[in-house]
Amino acid sequence: MATHHANAVLPDEPEKATLEGKNKLLGFWLFLGGETVLFGSLFATFIALRDQANGGPTSQELFDMPLVAAATLLLLTSSMTAVMATLALHKKNLKQIQVWLTITVILGLGFLGLEIYEFMHYVHEGHKISTSAFGSSFYTLVGFHGGHVAFGILWIILLQVSATKKGLTVVTAPKFYLASLYWHFIDVVWVFIFTVVYLMGMIGGKVG
Amino acid sequence: MSAHASHAPKRSGLWDWLTTVDHKKIAILYLIAGGIFFLAGGFEALLIRLQLMYPESSVVGAKTFNELITMHGTTMIFLAAMPIIFALMNAVVPLQIGARDVAFPFVNSLGFWLFFFGGVLLNTSWFLGGAPDAGWTSYTTLALNQFSGHGVDFYVLGLQIAGIGTLIGGINFLVTIINMRAPGMTFMRMPMFTWSAFVTSGLILFAFPAITVGLVLLMFDRLFGGNFFNPDAGGNVVIWEHLFWIFGHPEVYILILPAFGVISEVISTFARKRLFGYSSMVFATALIGFLGFMVWAHHMFTTGLGAIANTLFGLATMLIAVPTGIKIFNWLLTMWGGQIRFTSANLWAVGFIPTFTIGGMTGVMLAIPPADYQYHDSYFVVAHFHYVIVGGLIFGLFAGLHYWWPKMFGKMLNETLGKWNFWTFFIGFHLTFFPQHFLGLMGMPRRVFTYLKDQNLDFGNFISTIGAFGMTIGTILFVVNIIVTANSSKRAPADPWDGRTLEWSIPSPPPEYNFAQTPLVRGLDAFWIEKVAGNKGMTPAEPLGDIHMPSPSFLPFMMSVGLFIAGYGFMYHNYVVVVIGLLVTFACMFLRSVNDDPGYHIHEDEIEEVKA
Ligand code: HEM
Ligand SMILES: [Cu+2]
Repeated sequence: MATHHANAVLPDEPEKATLEGKNKLLGFWLFLGGETVLFGSLFATFIALRDQANGGPTSQELFDMPLVAAATLLLLTSSMTAVMATLALHKKNLKQIQVWLTITVILGLGFLGLEIYEFMHYVHEGHKISTSAFGSSFYTLVGFHGGHVAFGILWIILLQVSATKKGLTVVTAPKFYLASLYWHFIDVVWVFIFTVVYLMGMIGGKVG
Repeated sequence: MSAHASHAPKRSGLWDWLTTVDHKKIAILYLIAGGIFFLAGGFEALLIRLQLMYPESSVVGAKTFNELITMHGTTMIFLAAMPIIFALMNAVVPLQIGARDVAFPFVNSLGFWLFFFGGVLLNTSWFLGGAPDAGWTSYTTLALNQFSGHGVDFYVLGLQIAGIGTLIGGINFLVTIINMRAPGMTFMRMPMFTWSAFVTSGLILFAFPAITVGLVLLMFDRLFGGNFFNPDAGGNVVIWEHLFWIFGHPEVYILILPAFGVISEVISTFARKRLFGYSSMVFATALIGFLGFMVWAHHMFTTGLGAIANTLFGLATMLIAVPTGIKIFNWLLTMWGGQIRFTSANLWAVGFIPTFTIGGMTGVMLAIPPADYQYHDSYFVVAHFHYVIVGGLIFGLFAGLHYWWPKMFGKMLNETLGKWNFWTFFIGFHLTFFPQHFLGLMGMPRRVFTYLKDQNLDFGNFISTIGAFGMTIGTILFVVNIIVTANSSKRAPADPWDGRTLEWSIPSPPPEYNFAQTPLVRGLDAFWIEKVAGNKGMTPAEPLGDIHMPSPSFLPFMMSVGLFIAGYGFMYHNYVVVVIGLLVTFACMFLRSVNDDPGYHIHEDEIEEVKA
């Protein structure tokens, strides 16, 4: 089960060739279900509190389209490169997987960099977690997402490093598959953040 | 294959328990830890009742009383009831579906240790400046720094750590039940206990993230200057109520559904009949699970959500009475005309039915919003939920423990002691909680440390405390029974109750691989079918061969220790400690992901064929 040699023939869809792989896939989908509730709760909290600036800066004063658009672009592209990695997985081409994942990681780091810059900028403007309920809910929701991105980057790098030794096997294949699934998930969450936090925060005064 | 070790590294004593990934041993760990927390929570309850035995008394005083009710509720729900449920699920579910193991043995052990260290962290608050005192619901603003002590920080962090453990445990059971069933074990042939474990795990998956978010927000408010629940800075306290009850209401079904499952197994075994209305039972279980998510605001009728919301949530709540009623009638009809044996296990199960029904009836009363304005925060509520949680869940757990004890430990619990245990606890229970309905209706508020003389509250409270002594005696008798049983040399047979489901087709206790050969399932009550057909045991679905097992690991323990350390760092704003703790956890995660576990094999000649 565990010690297939690198040159052994890999089955099609190696990520679900073993019971372990199938279990991992299902378990991970369920985990993402739980994560959906987690982010759903954070979104609901944010929506309830986003107009409570308490005299501090409001979303209309803070948010800045070019920066957010750039971050979005980076993350959406990285999702696409993660798809390419999964396609490479189905072609059982480890080298291609590594290339696409490396690009994904670089894009993800770019996104994180922009987010850190953004947060520092806001704090400078007097928008802190302790400024207002809006500040608390903003940093918690967006920061939780950012934390997920950071974790994803670490995870993928670790996976890439260990795969150079282990090769592509029925043990490593599910891990690649799951990492890219995770990456899509945080991308989808970002699409909601982009809409609910930034777009809705930039237009109009009070909504609802 | 030949590259594998063919034996587990031999481990024994404490080291074995700290590293085990065997679901049967993890079940025992859950049982011991949950049992100890149950005794702690029970001790707290006894102190509460002593304080309330006479009017205007000062046995513990107001401050300690607040800590006691908070810790009693929190401990009982999160650290006693849930883990003992997990103990039964771990001991039984893989056996009932004919599996060799759970889907993720490593995660299973991690789930246990996270729960354990979360619970220990929470309880160390007693020695580090005071326990949490804002009630087990930790309502804001009461739970913010301005109004409550440092203890609430222990609540916030302890429950986060324990909660992660529960969540991953739930995922593990979902995957196990979906992917690891033996050939022929279709969903509609699954024993009711496994069904209830399945639905409960689903509820855990969708309910626990909500409280995790609530706890994180509260942590930000208390430790990092957040303003979620601070109205002065635009915060909103009703958000906490929503998040808490979006978790909290499903939680009561997380607790009660497994008890329903136990009762179904026990009643049908001891009535020697198949469960009446099996498919309606499955359907009712799933429906209760679903409706459990729709009714959380019935805890918030007096919050001021408005008449429309109150009406809808009230109606949705009453709807749950329908599937619950179906279950009650099916149990009665299962017993109807059966050859009933009143073993201790069955006494608990039969005692459960009327007791739980009373709790359900007061539940319908509480679901009427205008009436709830009267009952709210009175002892009527305390009586109601103890009828459900103790009369339902704890009775169910006792039934399950008596029923599966021989399977878990290979020894039969003493029946005489078991019966004394049942009757003292049962009578004590009704003495304690029945008068509380009337105390509540007469206006005695919940969570208040004393009451005045001559307001007609004296007698009821006195009786209630006497009842609590009865339950204490019952609990002590159970502990005595365990000790007596452990010291007796009589071994339990594989199938002591003439059981119907797969777990009784293998030895007691089962070997580490559970089934020497995966069984072939031919219908509901799989083992019973074979017995009726005159077969000695299950028909195997595979030839005898080597069995692959996962290796034990110390990493889950260490990962949990890391979070435990980091928890203290957060609480005391010592970020060096936080970093050290998190580094320990991440280092373990790193080790786990870099070293794939090759496991080991148990060879064919080491596997004894089972004669049932
Ligand atoms: C075994 C005997 C038990 C006794 C004698 C007992 C007694 C009590 C008492 C006197 C209170 C305080 C009521 C108040 O002043 O507000 C209380 C509260 C509570 N109990 Fe129990 N209880 C027992 C078992 C349990 C169990 C097994 C559970 C759950 C699994 C449980 C869950 C709770 C909860 C959630 C509260 C509310 C705490 C709060 O108000 O924050 N109890 N119990
Ligand atoms: Cu409820």
